[in-house]
Amino acid sequence: MSRNRDLLSKIGLRLDGRRPDELRRIRCKLGVFTEPDGSAYLEQGLTKVLAAVYGPHQVRGGRSKAQHDTAIINCQFSMAVFSTTDRKKRPRGDRKSTELSMHLQQALEAVIKSELYPWSQIDVYVEVLHADGGIYTACVNAATLALIDAGIPLKEYVCACTASLANNDVPMIDISHQEEIIGGPTLTVAALPMSGKIVLMEMSQRFHMDHLEKVLNKALQGCKDIRQILDEAVRLHVRDIGSSTGWANTS
Amino acid sequence: MFTTKVFIKKTRIGNFLKNVREHYIRDDIFCGVPSCDKCTPVESFLSSIHKNECSSYDFNHYLILDTNVILDQMDVLDEDVIGNVIILHTVLKEVKHRSLPIYKRLHSIIENPSRHFYVFTNDHHKDTYIKQNDGELVNDYNDRSIRKSCLWYMDHLPKEKFIFLSDDVNNRNIALEEGILACSIREYVSHLVNGAALEDKLSRKDYHIDSNTKDVFPPHLTNVELLNGIKEGALYQGTFRASRDNFLEGFVNVESLDDPVIVQGRTGLNRAVDGDFVVVNLFNKEDWISPSEIVLEDDGVAEENIDEVEKKERQLKKSAHKKKGEIKPTGRVVGIIRRKWRQYCGILQGGMDGVYQLFIPADKSIPKIRIETRQAEFLRTQKLIVTIDSWPRHSRYPHGHFVRALGKIGDQNTENEVVLLEHDVPHSQFSEEVLSCLPKLPWIITEEDEQKRVDLRHIDICSVDPPGCTDIDDALHCRPIGEGRLEVGVHIADVSHFIRPGTALDLEAASRATTVYLVNKRIDMVPDLLSSNLCSLRGGEERFAFSCVWEMDENANILNTRFHKSIIRSRSAMTYEEAQMTIDDKTKTDSIAESLRSLNKLAKILKKGRLEKGALVLASPEVKIQMDSETMEPLDVEVKKLFETNSMVEEFMLLANISVAQKILEDFPECAMLRRHPTPPTSNFDPLVKAGRHLGFDIKIESGKQLAKSLDDAVKPDNPYMNTMLRILATRCMLQAVYFASGSLQKDEYFHYGLAVPLYTHFTSPIRRYADIIVHRLLAVTCGSDCTYPDLLDKQKTGNLCQNLNYRNRMAQYAGRASVAFNTHLFFKGKLQDEDGYILYVRKNALQILIPKYGLECTLFLAHKGETSNIFEYNEEDQTQKAGDVVLHSFDPVKVRLSLNSDNIQHEKFVLQLVSPCISGFSVPPLSEIEKMEVVDDKKRKSANDGHKKKNKKRS
Ligand SMILES: [Zn+2]
Repeated sequence: MSRNRDLLSKIGLRLDGRRPDELRRIRCKLGVFTEPDGSAYLEQGLTKVLAAVYGPHQVRGGRSKAQHDTAIINCQFSMAVFSTTDRKKRPRGDRKSTELSMHLQQALEAVIKSELYPWSQIDVYVEVLHADGGIYTACVNAATLALIDAGIPLKEYVCACTASLANNDVPMIDISHQEEIIGGPTLTVAALPMSGKIVLMEMSQRFHMDHLEKVLNKALQGCKDIRQILDEAVRLHVRDIGSSTGWANTS
Repeated sequence: MFTTKVFIKKTRIGNFLKNVREHYIRDDIFCGVPSCDKCTPVESFLSSIHKNECSSYDFNHYLILDTNVILDQMDVLDEDVIGNVIILHTVLKEVKHRSLPIYKRLHSIIENPSRHFYVFTNDHHKDTYIKQNDGELVNDYNDRSIRKSCLWYMDHLPKEKFIFLSDDVNNRNIALEEGILACSIREYVSHLVNGAALEDKLSRKDYHIDSNTKDVFPPHLTNVELLNGIKEGALYQGTFRASRDNFLEGFVNVESLDDPVIVQGRTGLNRAVDGDFVVVNLFNKEDWISPSEIVLEDDGVAEENIDEVEKKERQLKKSAHKKKGEIKPTGRVVGIIRRKWRQYCGILQGGMDGVYQLFIPADKSIPKIRIETRQAEFLRTQKLIVTIDSWPRHSRYPHGHFVRALGKIGDQNTENEVVLLEHDVPHSQFSEEVLSCLPKLPWIITEEDEQKRVDLRHIDICSVDPPGCTDIDDALHCRPIGEGRLEVGVHIADVSHFIRPGTALDLEAASRATTVYLVNKRIDMVPDLLSSNLCSLRGGEERFAFSCVWEMDENANILNTRFHKSIIRSRSAMTYEEAQMTIDDKTKTDSIAESLRSLNKLAKILKKGRLEKGALVLASPEVKIQMDSETMEPLDVEVKKLFETNSMVEEFMLLANISVAQKILEDFPECAMLRRHPTPPTSNFDPLVKAGRHLGFDIKIESGKQLAKSLDDAVKPDNPYMNTMLRILATRCMLQAVYFASGSLQKDEYFHYGLAVPLYTHFTSPIRRYADIIVHRLLAVTCGSDCTYPDLLDKQKTGNLCQNLNYRNRMAQYAGRASVAFNTHLFFKGKLQDEDGYILYVRKNALQILIPKYGLECTLFLAHKGETSNIFEYNEEDQTQKAGDVVLHSFDPVKVRLSLNSDNIQHEKFVLQLVSPCISGFSVPPLSEIEKMEVVDDKKRKSANDGHKKKNKKRS
């Protein structure tokens, strides 16, 4: 119980010096690879993720899977063996990776206008280079950027953010690994921040009913803040490309 | 919203794992000084009114403390004189890491607005954060950070003055070089205006060594030598336990050895204090000895003179003998791994002048402590608290300092305080933080509450408790519901509604674990507003309850059980006596009377069933002390009176607890909080079986059921009290009942031996027991009226909580007994009385006498210690003492004269003299006969007469 209290110091700072409603520093870059159709690199605190998008292209490996009215979204999540303090044995294919792949797919299916690409497939690969809490959220955010880079039509941004409760009372967002370990339950939300729709919600443990709402609201606010950061990055990226081709001068 | 300016990675390498953590540096952390106009004002208790006045500095100033000052001098910091203190976050973290108890004390000072403390988060501030250099030790880095912050404050507020207090000479000197005003706490306090009383409280750790004093003790080995020695098997580590009778002897309990290691003499003990974790070096086998039987008391005075102790050592050596079969491993303490020093209660040893005084702890296993004080005259009248700071080699006694005075010796309040401290009962006032968790008054029941709860306000519910009870946590009802069936409800105060998990209030209650009852004082587990008002199911008031409702047939068979939260209005809060009278008064036919009668009838059936299953009826002489409400002096000591209604309430509480235990275990197989009473090992019963055999009864102990039966059968018509005595003996064979988390044990270990039920828990007293609050929370989840929280479902955390609850309960029980003992002593002071008693045990040179009227158990010595009587003949086989034609057996009734020996004010004890049976040359004539003879010159008798008069007056 007492350990839980330590998440937020008396003067309202978290262990790493953030205030409860502050995100970790997010740095991101679009188009980091040339081979895939779209790619992005994203750092959320010390969590570092690479995302690559291929497609839309013809359905591979058996036509039977192809859908006549929509594209198949195929997600694959993996973690580099050096991404955690103790070396991982399998970079992909374990239960956790499979689960995260499915969750990622669920979030992306909600935003990709897949009805525009019947009989085709879009592959999204994400790889965690370093894990420091909030792996899933970083993957979703990176995948969004990679999809934008690939030019795949989206309904809007899909952003993800975690939130938890400090001292059993104060909701805080973007939980680091250290906080995950000593803290209580963590809520992960993937949402469409502009329309306010939630596409995925997951809890590591049960929340008390009284707290759920305020924690959820905090997490949604976090998604909105993240969208703003991603949006800026996208605009910057587009401007850079534009200026190299001379578009920017026209505006 | 995003204020990260610099981004620094912190690397911690340990166990070959590289841990990288983020560390954000901010520009929105402020200095907290009220006169500052550069910072945005923040909540800060620093005050421009409070002045620190120290004659070394002719200006008002703020204080910045070094970690060592906080760790060593907390007793000084506790004083109000020192204020306007800036605590750096670096220091706070270090304190927390080094000592949690000190951290907690510091925390409560910081929380207190009137102390004017402020925490400055220097390690996240953009100007005061510094990077740890490669290869720099953490200590040096912290010192550097602290100095950096001092400099920042001086630069930030040139008009204000800051003084850095540190007892680390090195750090202080560097600070002075850097232009920081720095001084040691000793220097500061000695020049403090109004700080005279503080000097006594300074810790004596830095005590200077006088070069011409001789070393009294051999040196300890260094830590490295100790660890190597242990690794190689040459040395052993264990907990040191001092002997209570011989100050030059102690034992070290070493896990790998079967017997504790004896250590003797000054060099053998080598400054180990009871409870310390020490390292011993074993002697060769031929030098091993058996434990001494000699009683040695420390008569030393404050001077550093060791003649007296050397004399005693010789005495000890002379008495050393090697009884065959009793020779135990012997050795000497060569080092101390961990001190278990705490605060000790006691008094000053009289007859000493000057500032150096000797303190005698009440606990006989703790050595005298040398303290320095300027108020010895006053302190001699007081009970005080003293703590040990150090024990240098050249000093015969450990050095300590005075912490605080508890009050006048022999005073009721002082003794309560002593009892509480000695039993580690948390009894400080509830903090502001805790009180802020309480509901605001007026408290009203909202419509929402009504929707969530079952409304039972129309049902005639009543509570039955001892007289004067203000924390009523249970109420009952019973009503016929047709077809010969009855609805019986037990309604328990809904404390968990008010105490939410994880709040300060919850943590405080969990730490206190139980309400502690002393004779004239109650130390509440939860604040008064809850315990005596909002939670207490008072008569005529609407209250929240957690109800357990059964449908029963007339033979008390349970047809179904349900649990729900409810709103009740108790019709009447009765005492056991009132309830009994209501039941017995046949003219009363109102619903309360009827309901009590049915309850009583059902309870009898339940009790019968329980006893048939093998539940034990145990006895312990429980006494009640009647207090004069004005003078707070005990008027009379009497055994608690029991009514049928006592048993009635008890039956239903047991039933509710059992029903709840079944329910929560069903839903939470891993983390239900249950209570078990382990079956005692057969050897525990030896005294009982032996006593039974001498009386001609065969006490069977194979199972609880057999034990219960043999106890029932052991009746002698000519000595009706004998059966009770047997039950008292049986009680002493039992083990303690304990709380546990269901997932931590096998199912067959859940058994409650005393009650003979497979499952049991505590549900019925949430106002005064924390376990019940947890059980309420679990039950609330099973019936859907509340949600879980992580710790509730954590088997490990529940287990840890159980450990604390068990410890506190045991301590509370001891504290209660100690309080009764003290008041019994007070009652008997100056009195001389003849009382009826019974022989509990017969020993070689003494009889253990039980005086049921006062619940007292005392020793009647037949001969002086170590001698054999020439009047009595001891028969070990029959457990009898024979004198002439009088034979004394166990359980024989006797008459004894009772008086109190107050020679040692810290350890008063009862002295018994035999009155009847008359044994010439040993027994004394009864007081009544002396009175007839009208012998006047005996002073003691006079006081005894006074006692009688007083008593007669009260009875008339
Ligand atoms: Zn300032």
